[in-house]
Amino acid sequence: MEISRLRLLLLTALACVALPGCAMFSRGAPLPPIGAGSEAATRADAATDQTGPADRPVIEPAVERREIRRPRIDTEDFELGMYVGILNIEDFESNAVYGARLAYHLTEDFFLEASLGQSRAGRTSYERLSGAADLLTDDDRDYTYYALSLGWNILPGEVFVGENRAYNTSFYVLAGIGSTTFAGDDRFTVNAGFGYRILPADWLALHFDVRDHIFDIDLLGRKKIVNNLEAHLGLSIFF
Amino acid sequence: MHRLLPVVLALVLSVTAAQVKAQDAPAEDRPGVNPRDSARDASSDTRKGVLRVVVADPFIELHTGPGRGYPVFYVVERGAQISILKRRTDWFQVRTDRGVRGWVPRAQMIDTLLPTGEPLDLGEPVRDNYMSRRWQGGVAAGDFGGASLISAFGGYAFSDHLSIELTLNHVLGEFSNGYGATLGLLHVFAPEWRLSPYFTLGTGVIYTDPKSTLVRTEDRTDQIGYVGGGLQLYVTRRFMLRSEYRHNVIFTDRNENEEVTEWKYLGFAFFF
Repeated sequence: MEISRLRLLLLTALACVALPGCAMFSRGAPLPPIGAGSEAATRADAATDQTGPADRPVIEPAVERREIRRPRIDTEDFELGMYVGILNIEDFESNAVYGARLAYHLTEDFFLEASLGQSRAGRTSYERLSGAADLLTDDDRDYTYYALSLGWNILPGEVFVGENRAYNTSFYVLAGIGSTTFAGDDRFTVNAGFGYRILPADWLALHFDVRDHIFDIDLLGRKKIVNNLEAHLGLSIFF
Repeated sequence: MHRLLPVVLALVLSVTAAQVKAQDAPAEDRPGVNPRDSARDASSDTRKGVLRVVVADPFIELHTGPGRGYPVFYVVERGAQISILKRRTDWFQVRTDRGVRGWVPRAQMIDTLLPTGEPLDLGEPVRDNYMSRRWQGGVAAGDFGGASLISAFGGYAFSDHLSIELTLNHVLGEFSNGYGATLGLLHVFAPEWRLSPYFTLGTGVIYTDPKSTLVRTEDRTDQIGYVGGGLQLYVTRRFMLRSEYRHNVIFTDRNENEEVTEWKYLGFAFFF
């Protein structure tokens, strides 16, 4: 205890000495010795006074450094949008589907797309006709999915509306993987489809998309592959 | 379910409004000479800080859209100044001093000069300098102990060799589902090679949710550690393909830890 206190004291003392010392070094030039300093300063002052206006250069090279700030180019490779459409859930009727999509355009040909959608399943014909207990609870009828897809602008082009308008368009195909949450379970889902995009302005796009969401389900006794077809209209902005 | 509906409706309405407004000014829709705002645009561009460049080639061609198939409808001669309005992938929307708007490909854009006489540096992520890009992202699909795996990752490179990477996993199995997030270091042995192996090591958490129709087990969150390796293949421009193997150890609160083999068969990565 005693030793550590002593150590602390010594260290503090060392710090007190060392820190101003370091500060002196950081000034670059060593300080002139006391006494001689003031003398040197007076001499330097006198030298400056002797340099008259005649010795100065005719043009003062006081070039003001111009700060060049290069404006950044606004890159609009991302596309964010929403869509609304119809989803046909196999065995469970067709219903409205809402979703959001985010796309990143890698090149003029390819883009990556992440989409998130939700819908709701209706009742199967069996449930309707048999009068037996429902196959799914109310919560399990919520249908949500996400999909990560790669798209290919296979047929880019223009459409002409009347005489004075031309809008850029693109027909694209896309495919990807994702997950569907339905009937109380997450299911690995493969999606594939095509779409058509019209750009009324450079920053705005209207979409018409058709997708097939394919996954395995064993809800009705036997495992089977279902194809849930979706058609939607969307709107997105480039940023 | 109907939460998104108002937002969608609002978007649709705003677009309709924008369309109506656009009809009032038809000159905006089709690229062409619009002398009304030509002089004003040039002066306001300089003020607003829009990048202006000087054409150094004998001429550059303006396309109607950002794609190689769109027709050329205008040319700008050497010495003329143009404003760069925006960029989409490899295409630049420019405006001439006469108010003509069109799209110019990157190959022509790199031959323009800044008003100071310097060449325009677009800092492209081509093979020569792709290593200098710091941010990377991508997605992958594979197998996690027999279950399907969807994985998204993002990384930041400290140096050419070493980077830190965050991976989000979604495991979709027959008996259980799971979500995981891991943070790890990734060491690329030879980033200058087109096909380069890498080594990775990290830790994270995994949440496992057994299916309710099977044995009644609890949901659980466990720590996970992994060691692995993979191959990355530089494809072109800023894209890479990668394939990865990881050996995971899940630190459970039972007597034995679980060991899970993870394969990412194919991943697609790109640089920002």
